[in-house]
Amino acid sequence: MRIYVLVILLLGSMTSISQNCKNTLSGTVKDLHDSSLLVGATVIVAGTEQAVQTNLDGEYVFNHLCNGTYDIQVSHPFCVTQGFTVKVNGNTIKTFKLEHHLEELNEVIIKGHAYGDKSKTLVESTISKEKLEQFNGGTLGDALNSLSGVSSLNSGNAIVKPIVNGLHSSRVILINNGVRMEDQEWGVEHAPNIDVNAVGNLTLIKGASALQYSGDAVGGVIVTEAAKVPIKDTLYGKTILTTATNGRGGSVTSQLTKSYQNGWYGTLQGTWKRFGDFKTPDYILSNTGTSEQNASFNIGLNRFDYGIEAYYSYFKNEIGILSASHIGGASDLVSAINSNVPLIINDFTYNISEPKQDITHHLARIKGFKTFENLGKISLQYDFQRNNRLEYDIRTGSDSGKASVDLELTTHTLKLDLDSHLSNNIKLKTGIKTTYQDNFANPNTGVRRLIPDYDKYDLGMYAVLDYHINNNWLIEAGGRFDYTYIDAYKYYKTSFWESRNYDELYPEIIVEEFDNQILTHPELHFYNPSVTLGSTYNLGTDYQLFFNYSIASRAPNASELFSEGLHHSASRIEYGDLSFNSEIGHKFILTFQRNNKDLSFSVSPFINTIKDFIVIEPTSIATTVRGSFQVWEYRQTNAQLLGIDVDASYAFTTNLRYNYQFSLVKGYDRPQDEPLISMPPVNMKNEIVYQNPKLNHLRLALQSEYVFRQNEYPDNNFEVYIAETESTQLVDISTPPDAYHLLNFNSSIDLNINQKSKLKLGFGITNLLNTSYRDYLNSMRYYADDLGRNFLLNIKFNY
Amino acid sequence: MKKENLLKLSQMKTAKLFTVALFATILFTSCSSDDDTPEIVNEEEVITTLTVTLVPSGTGEVVTLQTQDLDGDGPDDPVITVSGNLTSGETYQGSIVLLNETIDPAEDVTEEVEEESDDHQFFYTIGSSLDVTTAYTSYDEDGNPLGTEFTLTTGAASSGNLTFTLIHQPTKPNSGLSDAGGETDAEATFSVTVE
Repeated sequence: MRIYVLVILLLGSMTSISQNCKNTLSGTVKDLHDSSLLVGATVIVAGTEQAVQTNLDGEYVFNHLCNGTYDIQVSHPFCVTQGFTVKVNGNTIKTFKLEHHLEELNEVIIKGHAYGDKSKTLVESTISKEKLEQFNGGTLGDALNSLSGVSSLNSGNAIVKPIVNGLHSSRVILINNGVRMEDQEWGVEHAPNIDVNAVGNLTLIKGASALQYSGDAVGGVIVTEAAKVPIKDTLYGKTILTTATNGRGGSVTSQLTKSYQNGWYGTLQGTWKRFGDFKTPDYILSNTGTSEQNASFNIGLNRFDYGIEAYYSYFKNEIGILSASHIGGASDLVSAINSNVPLIINDFTYNISEPKQDITHHLARIKGFKTFENLGKISLQYDFQRNNRLEYDIRTGSDSGKASVDLELTTHTLKLDLDSHLSNNIKLKTGIKTTYQDNFANPNTGVRRLIPDYDKYDLGMYAVLDYHINNNWLIEAGGRFDYTYIDAYKYYKTSFWESRNYDELYPEIIVEEFDNQILTHPELHFYNPSVTLGSTYNLGTDYQLFFNYSIASRAPNASELFSEGLHHSASRIEYGDLSFNSEIGHKFILTFQRNNKDLSFSVSPFINTIKDFIVIEPTSIATTVRGSFQVWEYRQTNAQLLGIDVDASYAFTTNLRYNYQFSLVKGYDRPQDEPLISMPPVNMKNEIVYQNPKLNHLRLALQSEYVFRQNEYPDNNFEVYIAETESTQLVDISTPPDAYHLLNFNSSIDLNINQKSKLKLGFGITNLLNTSYRDYLNSMRYYADDLGRNFLLNIKFNY
Repeated sequence: MKKENLLKLSQMKTAKLFTVALFATILFTSCSSDDDTPEIVNEEEVITTLTVTLVPSGTGEVVTLQTQDLDGDGPDDPVITVSGNLTSGETYQGSIVLLNETIDPAEDVTEEVEEESDDHQFFYTIGSSLDVTTAYTSYDEDGNPLGTEFTLTTGAASSGNLTFTLIHQPTKPNSGLSDAGGETDAEATFSVTVE
């Protein structure tokens, strides 16, 4: 009987329990990003030891759960394990969303763009971190120069500006960690203010199709991104030491990254670089030393559906300008050109004296993003940049040691972007950007302002849509509109003002007239639409065809509008034009590509037709008390550039590879029917690389670089009277130097110190044969040869 | 534990966002521009006027040679004046004055040249048809020629070009313009006649 009661009680209690705990919890486990079902995810109810795995449909079911709150843990091989809190009330259905593709996501993170997401229908050229590290004693321009279709416009060896498919300066936009660089890029002798060591990944887009960044990239867009930080608990870093015989200097760069599983991370980076006078095979290039100090840090939180990051970088660079290039008028230019060696050669020194440049660039950025399930990813970014440019000339009296140019350019930008999936195969990127820029030219220099004081306001918005028609075919279309307003205060010389007829054309902008100068207040408005259309088609597994058409429109820059006076470093008088409108480029690029580990190649012909292209060209000779100077005036014309870039790589065996690069570009001023100035000559690179992973990753590379002579150039020569010889003499500033061939050697080997630390030793020789040469695109070619042989030693320590 | 972590994170997130917003506001408001018009810059170093005064040792007339370019590197050409002809067989005491007349009162640039005599030198280039000779009479601290003062001795009646060139940072000593290097600070050619 007692037993009976017990049994009843027991049964009763059982039924009473099961009455409350008969609930089921079911649902699916999905990928947060694309809602794909996760198969084989493990779902555990904490405290009950109940565990199930999702089936082929990503579904799970728990039976016998009571009403109440449970802690559930969901894990999947490709995901970060996550905890959820679920309130069970009756039969409950709950969908868990996990961060899938851990590996891939680590790469995406806050900086936003994984590989290949900048433009879908234009082949991007990238330089990997490993390749970049070979340039850590050099400049960003040197690194870019290793890509096909890129040449560099040099003012000596330390001022290196990239030329993309024949175009440079304001026509090539630089995006540094999501921030458009505003560093007075208009000048030929103004190099990009980016530390090559702070760059984790460098991408070049040879067109304006990356509309999310800008619409005025008539030449192309260069995107630099910091190295990706993984989402896991780790601390790692690297230090690279480089020494070079040419310049008798070197650089040290260090980077330390700390990251946590919860998404927080921080990176600290710094570079110190110092070189003395460089030399050619035969002589010292006096006053070509450089001194560079850079630092940057970022702190951020990266969760899969939201994140925030603060970034700051400091760049300071002091660059000596070849002493022999500091000249007066045309008669000095004649002596310099007629002399085979520079007219000033001193002993080697680390001192950097006038003429020189001293540039400081600050960049601060705050960015946040949040992913909304039905909307997409919204990013908000504010950035601040301050670029201070000091140029020192050799001056006399109380002015000696004072800068001749002191420009401070401050830029604030706020931008909002939305990346969304309209459907499984349609993606939309939209955004809006506002920029305020202030240029301040310090009057204390005692030299009339090269660039006037101005305020500039920009408002831009864009939309880019890409549509996967099927697995092999993608089309992309985008549009952007930018409005620019420039509000300037400019002093004109009365004589120039009147010679240009501005007194009749623009009497309304005169603010005040002085003895020999006129203060004016130009207010200029520019409306710039830009468009991109493109398509990518996969032909089988190895072949791809890309087509892209883009319209870029660029407002004239401050230099093109307002230049007026002697440009000392170019030894010429330059005049801008207030009446300029925007230039509009139409660029077609076709790329045929084969990706295969044995043989890969890419062939990219392009044609770029630019309406109202702004060129500067010589128009007359001005006589001053200082001597005669050539006058160069900006004018607008219709230009056309065409060319082809070829890359190829062939693996003879697994360890031996051959690389080939060829670039050709031709540029013409169509109405005048003459070639454009400073077009890169045809160049070709051949490289043999031996690599053996079994032999401590030994890598040996021998590279040949052949630069042809530029045979198409405009004749800008002029004549000048030389008192000494009592004759007029031709000043040959146009004839390009001869073709040249350089051999470079590069090698590296890895040494493992312990499990966590790795040492990489590198040794290289540039200009192996110590060839004397001059390069058409180096403005110092009138005065001196280019660099001679250089031995480089590189020690990289990973920890 | 996971729950606490998440909670903490969300609090941190809010705090962080707040700081960012604050930071951005401060940056925006602190960087507002001023509407003042920029101040005028008058070239300090430009040489607008080069005057050579030639005083004869005898009773003849003083001859002045001048080049004046009041707009500096502007589009106007310099105005060149020669006050008269030189007398043959005469010795002239020459002196050169450089002025910056873009400012008022004009600045005497010669003083600067003399203060930095080691870094400057005048060169006199005489056309082959012109029968005159020159000799330096002013020197720098090392005893090398400076040439702000000189003598000019005329020979037979002739005419031709006489050029004065001021070089900044020449190689010193030198044998003439051809190996002096440096940068031309001033250059003036006068057509003169000896009668």
